[in-house]
Amino acid sequence: MPLQRLRPLAVPALLLAALEAYARTAGAGSDALAPPSAALAAWGRAFTDRSLFEASAFTLGGAALGLAIGAGLGLAAGMVLGLAPRAARACTPAIELLRPLPSVALIPLAMMIFGFGLWMEACVVAVATFWPLTILAQAAVRQVEPQWLEVAQVLGLSPWARATQIVLPAIVPRLFTALRLGAGIALVVAVTVEIAANPHGLGYAMSLAQQSLDPALMLAWLGWIGVLGYAVNAGLLHAERALRARMGVA
Amino acid sequence: MGAPGVHRPAAWSAWAISPDALALLGTLLALWWLASHGEWVNRAFLPTPEATLASLAAGLGLQGRPGALGGFLLATLQRVLLGGLLAAAAGVGLGALLGSSAAARVWLQPGLEFLRPLPASAVIPLAIAVFGLSPSMVLAVVVFGAMWPVLLATLHGMASVPRQLREVAALLQLGRVATVTRIALPHALPDIFSGVRLAMTVALIVSVVGEMVASQPGLGQALLLAARSFRAADLFAGLVLLGATGSAIHAMLAFAERRLLAWQRP
Repeated sequence: MPLQRLRPLAVPALLLAALEAYARTAGAGSDALAPPSAALAAWGRAFTDRSLFEASAFTLGGAALGLAIGAGLGLAAGMVLGLAPRAARACTPAIELLRPLPSVALIPLAMMIFGFGLWMEACVVAVATFWPLTILAQAAVRQVEPQWLEVAQVLGLSPWARATQIVLPAIVPRLFTALRLGAGIALVVAVTVEIAANPHGLGYAMSLAQQSLDPALMLAWLGWIGVLGYAVNAGLLHAERALRARMGVA
Repeated sequence: MGAPGVHRPAAWSAWAISPDALALLGTLLALWWLASHGEWVNRAFLPTPEATLASLAAGLGLQGRPGALGGFLLATLQRVLLGGLLAAAAGVGLGALLGSSAAARVWLQPGLEFLRPLPASAVIPLAIAVFGLSPSMVLAVVVFGAMWPVLLATLHGMASVPRQLREVAALLQLGRVATVTRIALPHALPDIFSGVRLAMTVALIVSVVGEMVASQPGLGQALLLAARSFRAADLFAGLVLLGATGSAIHAMLAFAERRLLAWQRP
């Protein structure tokens, strides 16, 4: 039944058609809204003058760099906290004290230290992804089968060998889920930094389009940010399933 | 694992401060003191703890003269609470609609699935174009961003109503609305609460960003102004206050959850 399959698209298509009709008649010349067809044309122009690729590369690069730093440190901290209960008890109050601070509040501080650019964005993304990755890695380590840790003890493995040869392989599937969540956070924070302060990337391109009263281009960037976020998540979800299938985890 | 992004509140027993924890907090504070006084880090970026405390006291008007920080704090709190409440209402309403009607799920859910991952901050330029640089612009973005966790949690909670309860509803010949309001939503309350807690976190984040971008009075604006004029002590005072606000909102919600959901526990 091909018509049944199209049902999910009906409401969005109707809304887009309504926006198209409104923006071409009553709302013509509006500074806020533009017809979707004009937004698509604006996207095409950004594609041909390569600004689409430059902005996307900056945002994705900033998000990836920040995620690499935040996830790397978070993984290390989470493994230490998961393997050493005494360290976890000692650190919990300090963590609960620092974690409620919204990472975006650090944008002004990062701006002061790094100025504008890639590092300031990566720094805020790193802080934003560090806490969730720490907590998810800690939870993953705690769910490792106790027998495996006993095997490590019987084999007389050093703490380093125990962490890298027993624990790390055991938590890979859960870590990948954590990394996918982290990637979502990283992209959101990267765009937020660009909208709030950093004059680069997708967020800034979108703000600039709004400030220069070009609603078609603004909607084109907004749609593109949505598509990129959707694609990154779908790609990682696919990779996660493939990884789980290969490792034989449901 | 519960619904995505939903977690149990940190038990206060986790806060039972051990000597180790106290020692660690003391060490961190001492490191801050040493780093700022020894100028390991440029003083322009890292103020001393005393200067931060003095700036906080002055900002809150504790030193006789009225300070600006108190007013900013109230403005941000008002925005977060109002936005969070509206988001909770929108999330529960939409969630109840989608959770109780298969038709609504078929027609609406795919569209919502595309909107959901959109960063709330990415909607800010569109909101500015529609609402202008106004408080309602920030509020609209806060509601848009904070609505999703409540919506997902409501859906999750309503999907897990036990079969027996559904049979009871059928037996009592409850209408669709009564089934939702008397059976499904009360059953989903613990999930909804977890969603609201997450929503409040999002509301605080989006409020701060909105205040920075739209220059609306609040802690976000205070932070940005302090950084622009290199007043590091004021910046850190704002950060401390913001962190404390986040913790306080969390603690209040955890308390309310325990009180209001006492009937759910066996």
